[in-house]
Amino acid sequence: MTVQLIDPEVIGGTEEEPRLIGSECGRCSTVTFPRQRSCPRCTSEDVHARELATRGELWSWTIQCFAPKAPPYLPGGVEQFEPYGVGYVELPGEVRVETRLTESDPERLRIGMTMELTLIPVPGAADTLTYAFRPVEGDE
Amino acid sequence: MSGGDDVAIVGAGIHQFGRHDGVTGLEMGAIAARRALAGAGIAWQDIDFAAGGSDAAGNADTSVSILGLTGVPFINVKNGCATGGSALTTAHAMLVSGAAEVALVVGFDKHPRGAFNPLPEDWGIGSWYGETGLMLTTQFFALKIQRYMADYGISDSTLAKVAAKAFENGARNPNAWRRKPLSEDEILSSRMVNHPLTQYMFCSPGEGAVALVLARGPRIRELTKAPVYLRSVVFRTRRFGSFEVFSPSIPIESAPSATTEAAAAAFEEAGIGPSDVDIAQLQDTESGAEVMHLAETGLCEHGEQEALIQSGATELGGRIPVNTDGGCLACGEPIGASGLRQVHEIVLQLRGEAGERQVPKPCRVGFTQVYGAPGVSACTVLTV
Repeated sequence: MTVQLIDPEVIGGTEEEPRLIGSECGRCSTVTFPRQRSCPRCTSEDVHARELATRGELWSWTIQCFAPKAPPYLPGGVEQFEPYGVGYVELPGEVRVETRLTESDPERLRIGMTMELTLIPVPGAADTLTYAFRPVEGDE
Repeated sequence: MSGGDDVAIVGAGIHQFGRHDGVTGLEMGAIAARRALAGAGIAWQDIDFAAGGSDAAGNADTSVSILGLTGVPFINVKNGCATGGSALTTAHAMLVSGAAEVALVVGFDKHPRGAFNPLPEDWGIGSWYGETGLMLTTQFFALKIQRYMADYGISDSTLAKVAAKAFENGARNPNAWRRKPLSEDEILSSRMVNHPLTQYMFCSPGEGAVALVLARGPRIRELTKAPVYLRSVVFRTRRFGSFEVFSPSIPIESAPSATTEAAAAAFEEAGIGPSDVDIAQLQDTESGAEVMHLAETGLCEHGEQEALIQSGATELGGRIPVNTDGGCLACGEPIGASGLRQVHEIVLQLRGEAGERQVPKPCRVGFTQVYGAPGVSACTVLTV
């Protein structure tokens, strides 16, 4: 089965080594995610794409305990719903990225733990991958 | 005493919040409008400017087909949870500018059961965001309070106390939706929705309507013996660095929230400080929002909420009663109506007409704050 990335504007790199694509302002160096055409901080339109760091610290987290509605979730995602973790991961010197977490046990999540970029199947679309962050082994 | 530039609320009307099968949002808005007009002792023909809105129940200006085709200029507003505040901002500006003397604002809504399901495309985000499972307001509220609790030492018990107070106040409010008191334990042990927030810590989308009649200068005393002066109403959108709903990323560099900026400007414009406030209505889409908004509005310092709420200071008999009508938690959240509901409640409280939930201490200064997606806030300062 060929797999595809959910949005090539958002996730770049390869399936083995994915990278999130953000943008960086040529004037004030502000980093955003996903890529923007202008800078939300200084309003400059001199903005270029930038691959973001793949490791960072968990800044906040929650567990999504009920199935989102479809749309915007996929109908198949609602059918096979299992609670999942969501958080913001702070990429040092860049930006805090909102993300699915591979961990959904509240006892195993804590603010400040090291997280690493990975890919997971989109709920309800097995042939499509989206991004997530997973706890880094040994950082318990 | 009222000066020539003063703006006051001279009539307030509400349609009960909750579920009302067979009644449209527009009809609820018209009912609230008629009640506000009756309160001011005037007819719809006497209104020379109107503004209003709903998020999901139609165009507010369609009300003219129910209320009467008088040719009145009627501006529709749509600003998420700040819809009511934006309508009020618009009417206030028209009155202050002298373009109108008596204005009506109305906010109403009617939402289906369950959580909202906004589409990312409507908020400038790709469909990947919704398909990945990130397009939920409840997640934002949970992520914001989770971090805030860690930063400022707020406990789960404090989150539960906020909800318990809301249901206690709602039980005393005939216009509230949830009128059954719940204990702190019942709230903490209810179904987990988004850690750390449980089912009873969240408001539910609902139905309801509120309308207000405002007047300027000499018209105020002609219309009422008990005016409630609108000293300021300020509306703000988010700045770079604030943490807001539907944000695929947030900057590391932080900035004050839209609420912080709107509140500070509202106090400055009114010439009244947060310490002068006797009673406040704050956006409480969930327990955490009330906790954070207490500090964002300047009513207390960040971190002070734990002691403040545990001591009962925000209850009806406390030093600074908050959400005396039960707030969104007990009244539900009809998006277009909630901002005006807060002002309606302050009007009743400052006039001493709040019945079983009347705050026992004398109140002269009231404050309201609404917050909505994707980072808008409107605040008012009201006095008698």
